[in-house]
This record gives sequence, C-alpha cells and structure tokens, in this order.
Amino acid sequence: MTRMAAVSEQSSLALRGKIAIWWLIASEVMIFGGAVGSYILARAAGPGWSAEAAHLSTSLATINTFVLLTSSMTMAMAFASYQKGDQREVRRFLLLTILLGLAFLGIKAYEYTSHIMEGDVPWSGSFWSFYYALTGLHALHVIAGAIVNFILFLAAGRGLSTGYRIEIAGLYWHFVDIVWIFLFPLLYLSY
Amino acid sequence: MTNPQSVDPIPASVAHIAHGELGFWRTYVFTTDHKTIAKQYLSLGLFMAFVGGYLAYVMRWQLAFPDTSIPGFGFVGPETYNALVTNHGTIMVFFVAMPILLGAFGNFLIPLMIGARDMAFPRLNMLSFWILAVSALLILTSFFVPAGGASAGWTGYAPLSARAEYTGVNWGINLWLLAHALEFASFLMGGVNFLTTAITMRAPGMTFFRLPLVIWQLLTASVIFLLSVGPLISAAVMLLMDRLLGTSFFVPEGGGDPMLWEHLFWFFGHPEVYVILLPGLGAVLEVLAVFSRKPIFGYRWIIYSTLTTGFLSMIVWAHHMFVSGMDPRLVMPFSISTILISVPIALIMFSMILTLWKGSIRLTTPMLWALGFIAMFILGGLTGIVLGSAPVNIQVHGTHFVVAHFHYVLLSVVIFGGFTGLYFWFPKMFGRMMNEPLGRLHFLLTLIFFNLTFFPMHAVGLAGMPRRIANPLQYEFLAAVQPLNVQITIMAMGLIVAQLPFLINFAWSIVAGRKAEPNPWEAATLEWTAPSPPPHGNWGEAIPTVYRGPYEYSPPGVREDYLPQDRALAARSAQEKR
Repeated sequence: MTRMAAVSEQSSLALRGKIAIWWLIASEVMIFGGAVGSYILARAAGPGWSAEAAHLSTSLATINTFVLLTSSMTMAMAFASYQKGDQREVRRFLLLTILLGLAFLGIKAYEYTSHIMEGDVPWSGSFWSFYYALTGLHALHVIAGAIVNFILFLAAGRGLSTGYRIEIAGLYWHFVDIVWIFLFPLLYLSY
Repeated sequence: MTNPQSVDPIPASVAHIAHGELGFWRTYVFTTDHKTIAKQYLSLGLFMAFVGGYLAYVMRWQLAFPDTSIPGFGFVGPETYNALVTNHGTIMVFFVAMPILLGAFGNFLIPLMIGARDMAFPRLNMLSFWILAVSALLILTSFFVPAGGASAGWTGYAPLSARAEYTGVNWGINLWLLAHALEFASFLMGGVNFLTTAITMRAPGMTFFRLPLVIWQLLTASVIFLLSVGPLISAAVMLLMDRLLGTSFFVPEGGGDPMLWEHLFWFFGHPEVYVILLPGLGAVLEVLAVFSRKPIFGYRWIIYSTLTTGFLSMIVWAHHMFVSGMDPRLVMPFSISTILISVPIALIMFSMILTLWKGSIRLTTPMLWALGFIAMFILGGLTGIVLGSAPVNIQVHGTHFVVAHFHYVLLSVVIFGGFTGLYFWFPKMFGRMMNEPLGRLHFLLTLIFFNLTFFPMHAVGLAGMPRRIANPLQYEFLAAVQPLNVQITIMAMGLIVAQLPFLINFAWSIVAGRKAEPNPWEAATLEWTAPSPPPHGNWGEAIPTVYRGPYEYSPPGVREDYLPQDRALAARSAQEKR
C-alpha cells in the first residue's frame, strides 16, 4: 500500500463522513421542525400561555445560551488546532467543549428542579408539556454530542488521529447549538 | 464530484472475510457484507409477510363468517379484531414492504450497480439491520402482553391512542410505538448510508446520469424518508409522553389537539407510500428494459418525474383528512396537489409502455411480473384519482373502497414489483436460476386471485361497508354484500395458497437450482459483470470502469444486442461511430 493510496482513502473517508452527517442533520432538522412547528401552532391557536412562560428564568437561560455558544467556539478552536497539528491543544479544547456542554446540562437540571419544586411538571398544562419535550429532546442531543466529543478526547489522548472526525463532530455540535438558538426565544422570550 | 476516486482498495475487513478468517457468526449473522445484509432484510421481510398474511387470513375469515371459531386461531372478538387490523397494516408496511423493497433491494443493488465494493459504512449497515430485527421482535412481543397487541389502527389516531384506558390496551400500544421508533432509527441510518454510498463511491465513469433508474428511485425514496419521518418521530415522542407521563399533547381535555397527531402522522404517512412505491417502480423499469431489449424510453424524464413525485409526495398528506374536521379551506389545495402527483407517475407509466413498444419482448418470469405490475398499478392509480377528488373522497372515506384502492396500489408494488425484482436478481443473489414454469404458475395464480380478492372490495365499499368493523352482519344494509365478503375471503385464501409455488421454487432453487452464469439475462448494468453470486468485495482485483449509460440495448453496429456499461469499444470502431 503506497502512501498516496492511504492519503486518498483518508480524504474519501472524510468526504463520506461529512456527507453522512449533513444528511443526518437534515433529518434532525425535520425532527425538531416537527416539534417546534407543533409548539408554535399550538401556541398561536390558544391564548393564555404567557402566564406560564413567565415562570421561566430568562437570566438562567441567557447564561446557558452564552455557555453553549462558547462551547461552539471551543469546538471550532479544537478543529483549528487539529489543522495546525497541535494535538495537545486539540485535547484541551475538546475537554473545554465537553465541560461547557456539561455546564449547560447542569444549569438546565437546576432549572428543571426548580420548576418541579414549584409544581410545574410535564403534565401541568400544554406549555409545560412542550417546554419539557422540546428542552428534553435538545438536552438528549447535547448529551449525545458530549459523548462523541469525549470519545474523540480519549482518542486524542492515546495519540490516535482524531483527524476529520473532529470536523464531523463539530458540525453536529454546532447544529445542536443552533437548535437552542431557536428554542431560547420561542420558549423564554415570547410572552 | 462527477468523477469519484479511482483508487478504492479492498478494505481490510473485507479481505479477511474473503480468506475465511471470520467465523460463522461474523460471516452470516453479524456480517458487514452488504449482500448478506440484503439477504437478512429479505428473510426478515418474508418471515413477517407470513405473520401479516396470517393476520389477514384471520380477519377475512371473521368478516365472512363472523363470530365462528377460526381454524388455527379461535374466536375473534371486536377487541382482538382491532389488534389484528392494526398490526396487519403496521407489519405489512413497515416490516414487509420496507425491509424487502428498500432494505433488501437497496443494500443489494446500490453497491453492485454503482460499482462499489461495499456500503460507505458497513458497520452502520449491520447496526441498521439488527435494530430493525429488535423492532420486529418488539412488535411480535406486543401480541403476548396483557390486553394484547396495539389496537388503535395502523395510523394510531389520537386521542384513541393517547390514553391507555381509551382502548384498554396499555403495553401493546407502548411496544408498538417503541417498535416504530426503532424502525425509523434503523431506516434513517440505512438511508444516510445509501445516500453517502451513492454520492461518494461510484465507479470511475459512473456519472449520476449513467446510474440505473432503480438507483435513482432508491435514493429518492431514501431522501423523502429522511425528510418526512422527523415530524412523526417527534410526534411519537409526544404520544409516548401522553401515554406514560399523562401529558396532553393530543388529548382535548388537557388542552391538546388530536388533529396535530393526524397532521404529523400523515406528513410522514403519505411520503411513506412513495418510499415503498419508488423502489418497486425501479425494479420494474430495469426488467422492462432488459426483456424488451430496448433502451428505457425517456431515461432523464423518468428521473425528473421521480424527483417531482418525491417533492409532491411531501405536500399531499391532508388528503387523508378530508373528513377529519380540519379547516375546509385546506381541502381544495390538497385535492389539487394529490391529483397533480398523478402527472409524473403517469409519465413514468407511459415511459414503461413505450419501452415495450416494438421491443423484442422475452416473456420470462420477471417480465411477466413487470407486465402484471403495469396493469395492476394503473387500476390502483385510477381509483387514486377518484379518491383524490374531495367530493368522492368524503363519500367513500373509511369504506372498503379505500381498502381496495390501497391494496391495489401497495400490493401491486410489493407483490408485483417485489417479485419482479426478486425473480430478476435471484440468480445474482444466490448464484442459481429459479424454475421458470413454477414462476409462471406463481404469477398466473397470484394475478387471478389478487383481482378476485380486491376487485369486489370496490363494490363492497361503495355499498357502504366501513373499513374497521369486526362483524358486518350487525348492520342490516350490509347483508346484501355478505356473499361478496364470503367470496373475497375464499379468494384471499387462494391468494395466500398461490404463494406456495414461490416458496417451493425459492427454497428448491437456493439449494438445487441450475447454476447461474454471471449474466443470465444479458443485461447491461454493472451488477451483471460480477460473478454470480458476487464474492466479498464484489469484483476481483479491479473495479469496472463505466463508459456508457445503463440501457444500451440493440445498439447499431454491435454483434450482441447489448453493450454492458463497462465495455470500452475498440478505439477504431469508436472513431467510426463519430
């Protein structure tokens, strides 16, 4: 096996992965599209949801938005470090991305807990059902992304080439981020 | 993008299999070889067809001779009947049609026809199949939990499905929903795999407009599946929350909206029809070209029609809901888009007929099935136009007329299209020929019993018999059509028995059929350049190079009457042609 062939195999693997992740993201867009679309329509059809929406903590959600956006930045920096060939930096930024993802989940968990303590559970009404369904579905995606990043972090630690996989994981991570950009105003900011 | 890499070394895993280094489990069960996975999908689909056929037999017996003891089952009450009708639909659509037409054909044909050694993600491919297997196991298990299988109809309409106490079935419907979720995950991964494979791994020279039509149609089917299933996934999550947590997404008392479920379900449910239809159409198109010894009429127009169909299929869903109480202003647009979709489909049907025109037709078994498909599908398509127009639809909604329509459409695809492909590619799959006389007998019996079963259903439906009643005799006005119901039941049993010649043929041919040459049908597409059955990695040292389109039959100036896609004409004759 010549070096040329190995290089071409690597690049075609990267292309395959990228095309696959874009199709996956397309189908994910439709999953969230269905859920978010249902929420918008249900909310447009029935007035009187603003009282419940007012129970949400806009400040916590703003912090969370900031946390998640920063994690997207560190993810992009992990990829930039990979392009520079700095494996130590790759690890550092991947770890930072994972920690920021966990911080997001932690704040989310605190929010959930305080709602539940106040008696606002998923079956308390339409707004709460949608709130828990949408943010829960999103949180599952954050967990999945964090797991993928953790696997890459371990691979980088063992000196394995993380290569194109960082870019693919990054595309997914940014997508999860963008979903939150839609959820944040729809749930927290619109009364 | 147009010219994929020419260097595609045999992956190490594939090379290992070729040397027999993997044991039984890795070779036949947890395999990553796309051909073996295709056979696994095929086996799963055929097995579930038995289950679905058995449910159909019990239902038909109950309708003909209500409340008698059914041989091989026992008495059927209304609750059991609901479970039968629900699971018959679910199993036939999701566990027979999709595994065979999309799973088996897609996995087998895509790498072989584009000139790839395997799928882009072989392990993901294995995972897709095994998730589907678990899903099938869940749906089979759901019959045996307390209160029996799911009973809210295959559409699972809310609010009936949203609370356990409405149907009396708790775990049956929960398992049914979980099975759906896994099924969708499986075909989502499969679809991503199909698309990535076809986009990145085509053989040198295999441009998009040299792809066989069945590949185009499998890919279009994958795209519309990927893009339509999302809303139903989120709807399934919401329905599961309604059932398990007591939320009220679809329950009016809690502020929910049952119509939301209907919209989300049919937003997927209608494209799903085309997910099943397109691969069947593709198989028929391949067979028509080969056995007419003519190029496909209007190759590019068929591709454009396929894409148009795929697009239109996403905006017709509410024609299932004309009587649901949705805003009546929506009826006209959806009626129009529904009737509009018959334009590209009719174009494809005309292309099929014009491909036959003045061809030198070889009436082999696959060709008979393909011709049968054209005839039966046009019949189903015509009632489709009838049902698409809202005034008639409102009149016959939820009657056996609808049952007759979708059985004519779906069974012509699954039975006629499916057997077209199966008889045609059997030599490539198993390396042996099927028995022709038995195949013809199978075709003839199926054609006769199919029509005798489903044609009278139109009349029964127009007489007003609803779709999902367990006992037609409880209505006086239906007494008049009861003789027809008895006839349908007897003929349906005939249709089931008519599959025996196939089963015998299939089993016998796998073991003892005549050995197949690489290209027994003298076809031009790439899969016939590989040995029968293809080894692991499909081709030996070199991947074939593609020089022309897939349907070069009876070209002038060539001794045989076809030009395989991978044959380079000698330089001199190529110059002469110019």
